[in-house]
Amino acid sequence: MTVESLLILLIFLPLTGALAVMAIGRSSVRAIKGAGIAVSLAAFAVSLALASGFNPDLEGFQMVSRYPWVDTLSISFHVGIDGMSLLLILLTTFMTPIALLASWNSIEKRVKEYVVMMLLLEAGILGVFAALDLFLFYIFWEAMLIPMYFIIGIWGGSNRVYAAVKFFLYTMSGSLLMLVAIIWLGYQGPLQVGQGFTTDLVKLYGVGPLLPAHLQLWMFLAFTLSFAIKVPLFPFHTWLPDAHVEAPTSGSVMLAAVLLKMGTYGFLRFCIPLFPSATLACIPWLSALAVIGIVYGALVSMVQTDIKKLVAYSSVSHLGFVVLGIFAMTEESVQGGILQMVNHGLSTGALFLLVGMLYDRRHTREISEFGGIAKVMPVIAAFFMIISLSSIGLPGLNGFVGEFLILIGAYSSPHLSGWFAVVSSTGVILAAVYLLWMYQRVFFGENLNPKNSALKDLSPREAAVLVPVVLFIVWIGVFPGTFLKLSGRSTQDLVNTFRRTSSGMTTQAVTPPAQVISHAP
Amino acid sequence: MNEQAKAVLSLYPALILIFPLLGFLLNGLAGKKIASEKISGIIGSGVIGISFLLSAFILSELLARPPEERSFTVTLFNWIAAGGLSVDAAYHIDQLSVLMMLIVTGVGFLIHVYSIGYMRGDPAFWRFFSYLNLFIFMMLNLVMADNFLLMFLGWEWVGLCSYLLIGFWHARKFDTGGYAPGAATTSDAAKKAFVVNRIGDAGFLIAMFMIFAATGTLNFETLFTQAPARFALNEPLIVGITLLLFLGATGKSAQIPLYIWLPDAMAGPTPVSALIHAATMVTAGVYMVARCSVLFVLAPATMETVAIVGIATAFFAATMGLVQTDIKKILAYSTISQLGYMFAGLGVGAFTAGLFHVTTHAFFKALLFLGAGAVIHALHDEQDVTKMGGLKKFMPGTYRTQFIAALAIAGVPPLSGFFSKDEILWKAFSGGSAVIWVVGWLTAGLTAFYMFRMMTLVFEGEPRFAHDRHPHEAPATMLVPLVILAFLSVAGGFLGIPQALGGGNILELWLEPVFERSLGILGSATHGSLSTEYLLMALSVAVGLAGIFLARTLYLSRRELVERMAGRFAATHGLLFHKYYVDETFDAVIVNPLKAGSRGLLWKGIDARIIDGAVNGCARLLNSLSTSARKAQTGNVSNYGLAVLIGISLLLGFIIARWNG
Repeated sequence: MTVESLLILLIFLPLTGALAVMAIGRSSVRAIKGAGIAVSLAAFAVSLALASGFNPDLEGFQMVSRYPWVDTLSISFHVGIDGMSLLLILLTTFMTPIALLASWNSIEKRVKEYVVMMLLLEAGILGVFAALDLFLFYIFWEAMLIPMYFIIGIWGGSNRVYAAVKFFLYTMSGSLLMLVAIIWLGYQGPLQVGQGFTTDLVKLYGVGPLLPAHLQLWMFLAFTLSFAIKVPLFPFHTWLPDAHVEAPTSGSVMLAAVLLKMGTYGFLRFCIPLFPSATLACIPWLSALAVIGIVYGALVSMVQTDIKKLVAYSSVSHLGFVVLGIFAMTEESVQGGILQMVNHGLSTGALFLLVGMLYDRRHTREISEFGGIAKVMPVIAAFFMIISLSSIGLPGLNGFVGEFLILIGAYSSPHLSGWFAVVSSTGVILAAVYLLWMYQRVFFGENLNPKNSALKDLSPREAAVLVPVVLFIVWIGVFPGTFLKLSGRSTQDLVNTFRRTSSGMTTQAVTPPAQVISHAP
Repeated sequence: MNEQAKAVLSLYPALILIFPLLGFLLNGLAGKKIASEKISGIIGSGVIGISFLLSAFILSELLARPPEERSFTVTLFNWIAAGGLSVDAAYHIDQLSVLMMLIVTGVGFLIHVYSIGYMRGDPAFWRFFSYLNLFIFMMLNLVMADNFLLMFLGWEWVGLCSYLLIGFWHARKFDTGGYAPGAATTSDAAKKAFVVNRIGDAGFLIAMFMIFAATGTLNFETLFTQAPARFALNEPLIVGITLLLFLGATGKSAQIPLYIWLPDAMAGPTPVSALIHAATMVTAGVYMVARCSVLFVLAPATMETVAIVGIATAFFAATMGLVQTDIKKILAYSTISQLGYMFAGLGVGAFTAGLFHVTTHAFFKALLFLGAGAVIHALHDEQDVTKMGGLKKFMPGTYRTQFIAALAIAGVPPLSGFFSKDEILWKAFSGGSAVIWVVGWLTAGLTAFYMFRMMTLVFEGEPRFAHDRHPHEAPATMLVPLVILAFLSVAGGFLGIPQALGGGNILELWLEPVFERSLGILGSATHGSLSTEYLLMALSVAVGLAGIFLARTLYLSRRELVERMAGRFAATHGLLFHKYYVDETFDAVIVNPLKAGSRGLLWKGIDARIIDGAVNGCARLLNSLSTSARKAQTGNVSNYGLAVLIGISLLLGFIIARWNG
C-alpha cells in the first residue's frame, strides 16, 4: 500500500464503517456504539500514519491521488493534503471518537441511525479538507450538511426543528452562490487564458490570479459569503447559537470543533490563492467584520443566561480571531490562525462536552440553576477551570499561542492598521469576564439549590473523554512547535504567493504554486 | 571560572524552577490521597526551601565573579516560532533576577512554613499548598525570564494563582466595604482581581506587539542593546510602548487607576495576602519597569508619568488607610501606598532605591500581614480593629514583632524602612523633584499615623472583643517566621545604608551593572549638598515620630476626639472610607452600561430583532409565496432532509447533464 492511498483509505473508512454499522441488528445497542467508536478510532490511527508520512518541508500538496471521474468536464476525484489540511484532518479524527464516546449514554433513541450519521459526517468533513477539485469539494461540503442537519433535527432539544431548518437554510443559501461561482470559474476562468473547462484546484491556482479584478471580486464574494456563514462571521452568525443550543452534545462538539473550521479553511484554500487581488481589496472589510465579531461575540456572550449559548457566542468571538489572523496575511498571523482553528476545536469542543455533562446531571443549562457545585464535583470543576483558562488564552495553554500569533501578526501586517489588533485585544479582557463570571456563578459560592446537593463527579468514561483533550491543550501550549512546524511551509508559500500575485504582477507568467504529484490508478 | 563549573551553574535555574513545580504537581494530584497535613506541608515548604538554597548558591557563585561577569542565560527549548517571531523558554540570571529570586523563595519559604500552622484543619489544606507552590513557580518564571513573552507567562499565571487563592474559600461571604452590597462572596473579589489585572495585561500585550513590529524581537538583551540606537528620546513610539508597559504594571502593582482590586483581594487567606498581595506578586510591576529601565529612560515623558502616578498613589492610598477598620484593609492600603513610593523612585530614575524598597517592604509587610493573621486567628476570624484591643498581654511575641514592623514602615531609624524610603525621597529631591519629596514626606507622616493607629487599636488599651474569646499566642510554626522576618526588617536596611551615613550602599553596588546603560542615558544631575541630605533625613524622621505620637495619643487617651472629628468631617470620612467612590464610578460608567448595552442593544436588539428578523422574514416570505410548500410541511424532519437531498442531486445532475450534452 502506498502512502497516497492512506488518504483515500481515511476518507472511505468512516463511510464503509457507516455501512457496516447499518448491518448490525437494531437491538444490539452496545455493539453499534462500540463499532462506531472502533471505526472512528481506526480513522484516527490512519490519520496518525498519514501525519507520520507527511514531510512538512515540502512545497505543495502531498499524498495526492487523482482518479478521472467526469471525463468530459475533466472533473476528477482529486485529493491531497498540505500542512493546514493535515492539522484539520487530525483535529477531525481526534474529536470524532471523543464526541461518540461522550454521547454513550445521552443518545437513547435511534442509536443506529445516530452512529451512522456521525460517521457519515466525519467522512464528509474529511473529504472537504482533502478535496483538490472544486466540484468534489462542493459535493463533500453539501453532503456533510445532511448528517449534521439530522443530528440536530432528530436528536436535538425541544426547538430542534427550527434550529435545524435555520442551520440548513443559512448554509444552503450561501453555498448555492458558491456553486454558481464554481461553475463559472471552471468554465469562464480557463477560457480567459485559453484553456478548457476544469474544476481542478491546482490548475485553477494558475488561472484565478490572472482574471481581471472585477471578475475576481464577484467570485471572491460568492465564495466568501458561503464561508463567512459557515465560520460564522458577524453578521451571519445567528444560526449558530440556535444550532448549538438545540444540538445534542456530540453535535455541538462536532459543529464547534470541526464544522466551523470548514469556513476558515475555505478562505485559506480557495478565496485567497484563487482571487488574490480581490482578497487584497477586501482585507480591511473582512478584518473589520472579524474584529466586530471578536468584541460583539464576547459582549453578547457575557450576558447569556444559558451556559451553552454563552459558549456558542464565545465561538463567534474566537473565530473572529481566526479570520483576523487569516486576512492579516502575515506568516505569524496565518500560522496563528491555523493553530487557533485547532485550539478552538479542542477548547470549545471540550467546553461543550462539559456543558453536556452538567446537562446530563441536571437537565438544565441555566446558569442560575447552579452555584457552588465545585464542592460536590471538584474534579469536573478542575477540568472546567483548565479548559476555560485555555479558552481565555492563558499563556502556557494552547489558546494563547494562537491568539498571540494572530494579534502580533495582525499588528505588524502591512495590510492592516495596528488598531485592528489593539481593538481585538479587548476581546482578551472580555474572554476573562464572560468565562470566569459564568464559572464563578456555576461552581463557586454556596451550594444552596437542593437539586445540586448530590451531583455525581466525573465518571471514568467522562474522564476518558476529557483527559486526551487536556493533554493536547497543555502540549500545544508548551510545545506548539510540533504543530506550527506542520503548517509552516504551507503558510509561508501561501503568504509569499499572495504577495506576488496580489500586487498587480499577475499579468506575468504565473506558475502554479503547488507542485503536483499526480497519481493515476 | 572553568567550563565545568559554568556547566554545573547553568543547571541551577532549571532546578530552582523544577522544585516548586514538583511540589505543585505532588500536592495537586496526590494531595487528597496523601491526606496528611504534615506531609503536604513538608512537601510544600520543602520544595521552596530547596529553591531558596539553590538561589543562594547562585548568589555566592556570582559574588565570586567580577561584577561584569555576573550574568548568564540558560535556554531550555524553543517555545514559539512562526514567521519572523522566535521566542525561547530561556532564563536570564543576573544581579537583578537573583535579588528577586531570593526574595520570592526566601520570604515565600517563611510564609509556607507559617501556612502550615495557619491553615491547620482546612479540608483543602493540600490544595492550598499546591496553589502556593504554583505561584512561586510562576513568580520565578516572571523574574527569571529572558524575554517579554516568558515574563508575560509568569505575569498571567501569578494573576491566576492570585485568583484561585483569593477565592480559596469561595463560599465565604465577603464585605465589599460599601459598593455593590448584597451577597458577595470571596469569589467576586477573586474575579475582580483577575479582570482588573487583565485590563493592565492588555496594555502589556499591545506593548509587545509594538516592540515586535518595531524591532523584530521580544528578547530583553537583544532589545535593550539596540533600543538606544533604535528609538529617539521621547519619540512617540517609545513613549507609547513604555506607557502601555506601565499600564500593565499599574494593574499588577495596584496603582492608580487599577488599584481597586487589591483591597478586595484581602478576602483571601492571610498568608496569601502576605505572600502574593504584599511581598512578591504586587512588586512584579516594579520589577518589570526596572527590568525595562533602558526603554523607560528613553521616554522621559513616561518616567514623569510613572513618578507622578507613583507618588499620587502613595498619598491617596495612605489617606484611605487612615479610616479603615478592617485590619487587612489597612495593610492593603499601606501596600498600595508603599508600592507608590517604589514607582516614584523608578520614575525619578532611582532604580536601585525602588528595588531596595521592594526588598525591605517584602520583609516588613510580610511580617505585618502574618502578624495580622496571628491576631485574626487568635480572635477567631475577627478582622475589625475596633473590636480588638489589649492583645499585647495575650500575644507578646506577636506584639513585639509587629511593633518592629510598624517602626520599620513608619521610617524610624535604624530600621530597614527608614533607609529605603529615605533613599527614594532623597533621590527625588536631589534629582530636582521637590514636589515629589514634599508629597512623599507628607505620606510618610500619614503612614506612621495609620500604622500606629492600627497598632494601638489592636494591641493597646482595654480588650473590646467578646468575653468568650480567649486569644492565645500563635503556635511555633507561625511565630518562628515572624521572628525571622522581624530580624530581617531590622537588618535589611544595612543592604543600603547611604554613603552620607557612612554606609557602603551594598545593594547599589550590586545592581550597578544592571542599570549602567539606563543611568548612562539618564545622566546624573544631582542637586543638594550633604547638609541638605541630613536636614531632609531629620525632617522625615520627625514627621514619622509625629505621626506615631499623634496616633498613640488620639487612640489611647482621646478616642472621643476621633469620634467627634469623624462626625464633623463626615463627608470627608465617607469619601475616604469609600475609596473616593472609584469602584462605584467604574460600575456606573463602564460595567453597568456595558452589561445593559450588551443585553438590550446587541443581543436582544441587533441579534434577535434585526438579523434574525431579516432571516425569519425571508423565510416567511418564501413560505407564503409557495402554496405547495405548505402541504409538504409534514413536520417530519426526515422529509425535509430527503427533499434537500433530492434537490441537490437534481441540481448537480442537471448541471453535469448539460455540460455532457
